[in-house]
Amino acid sequence: MSDIHALSGAYAVDALDDAERAQFEDHLAECDTCRAEVESLQETAALLAETTIATPSADLRDRVLSGIASVRPLPPVVPPVEPPVERPAAPAAATEDDATVVPLAPRRRRRVVTFLAAAAAVVAIGTGAVVSQLDDEPPSAIDRVIQADDAQRFTQTFPGGATATVVRSEDLNEAVVITHDMPAAPSGHTYALWLQHDDVMVPAGVMPEGPDNEVLLSGDAATADGAGITVEVAGQEPTVPSDDVVAVISFDA
Amino acid sequence: MEQVRPLAAGVPSPEGAPVAPDLADLLRACGRGDQSAFAQLYDATASRAVGLAVRVVRDPAQAEEVAQEAFLEIWKTSGRFDPAKGSPLGWLLTIVHRKAVDRVRSAEASTRRDTTYHQRNQPVEHDSTAEAATASLEARRVRQALTGLTPVQREALELAYFGGYTHTEVATMLELPVGTAKTRIRDGLIRLRDTMGVSS
Repeated sequence: MSDIHALSGAYAVDALDDAERAQFEDHLAECDTCRAEVESLQETAALLAETTIATPSADLRDRVLSGIASVRPLPPVVPPVEPPVERPAAPAAATEDDATVVPLAPRRRRRVVTFLAAAAAVVAIGTGAVVSQLDDEPPSAIDRVIQADDAQRFTQTFPGGATATVVRSEDLNEAVVITHDMPAAPSGHTYALWLQHDDVMVPAGVMPEGPDNEVLLSGDAATADGAGITVEVAGQEPTVPSDDVVAVISFDA
Repeated sequence: MEQVRPLAAGVPSPEGAPVAPDLADLLRACGRGDQSAFAQLYDATASRAVGLAVRVVRDPAQAEEVAQEAFLEIWKTSGRFDPAKGSPLGWLLTIVHRKAVDRVRSAEASTRRDTTYHQRNQPVEHDSTAEAATASLEARRVRQALTGLTPVQREALELAYFGGYTHTEVATMLELPVGTAKTRIRDGLIRLRDTMGVSS
């Protein structure tokens, strides 16, 4: 992760895993140089497709054309009018639509992007869903952290492809752990979450079962130096982490 | 030379010539809900979209599903196409490619990790008559330009783009040190871009 700019080529050919993709898109929202490079490299990559063509079935044409008849095109992205209040989060389904769309205004893009890691596990669902652009539901605490303007992400990738990402907002003094593809803890055990303050690990919650989770950490995330995941005996509430440390994610990057 | 008559200045080129529909115009019309414009867009681009999907996904039936999903997304997001950021075809194929890669990754997510490269890399029977190498001039230019890449750049790029593999997977497959495949891919693309004179 030394130089995130170097991911531009891999991004342009969709050769990043979900976590890297989300991270790089966060970066893209802020880096004009990378954005311009990615645009030209995507254009170049598409040229590779020139070397293959296929004759689609006539059936496909019918399916495609009848498929769009009931779907309203999304409105264009218009320059932000600076609403008095930050608009609430769009639903995950809406962000999924945007996931492959390249040109987006930075502000919107950022929100879309931060959603991406969370949505990654569920993408590829809901193509036909009618999407509402406006959603009056207030964002959950987790979403607020993920969408915070000062959200920082720290991702650890495990052998086998599982990822744990900590998203932290110092302004909100909150952090969220997002796991993807995590293998189950050994039988009778759970994953416990910790925030590290100086050299002290402070309990910050327990991870629910399942490979893909989003958990809000308890405790003061803003002043923490890092987060940890350990394996603990289920049902206990240890105040000191076991030696079975799964991940230590430092916040100074 | 005498016969060559310069075009009169200021006269716009005649409307004649087989009018290839301007894809950007079609996309704009799609964004306003024009379904017949979308049908034209489909006819102009479907063979490329499906060709790319077949190349990545390999199974023709699944490739058509991918293309169908992609076209639905293209329709939905047509109003957001920005010509300042790239060509309509490039934009469209970027969407197709992302869908195709998402498909192979989610389909293989469970099996792929414990399958070795060699098992995975058995030559696949393209029983589909569908896929065919294009003899178009543009395709020839691309192939020519690809020969200007180093073998590693070319292989890394093709595994990533057509194989749908991540750069870390590509590094393993090509026995490259961790973290270098992404550089090869980027260098290869940049060289290809500069050879092909792509501007964005």
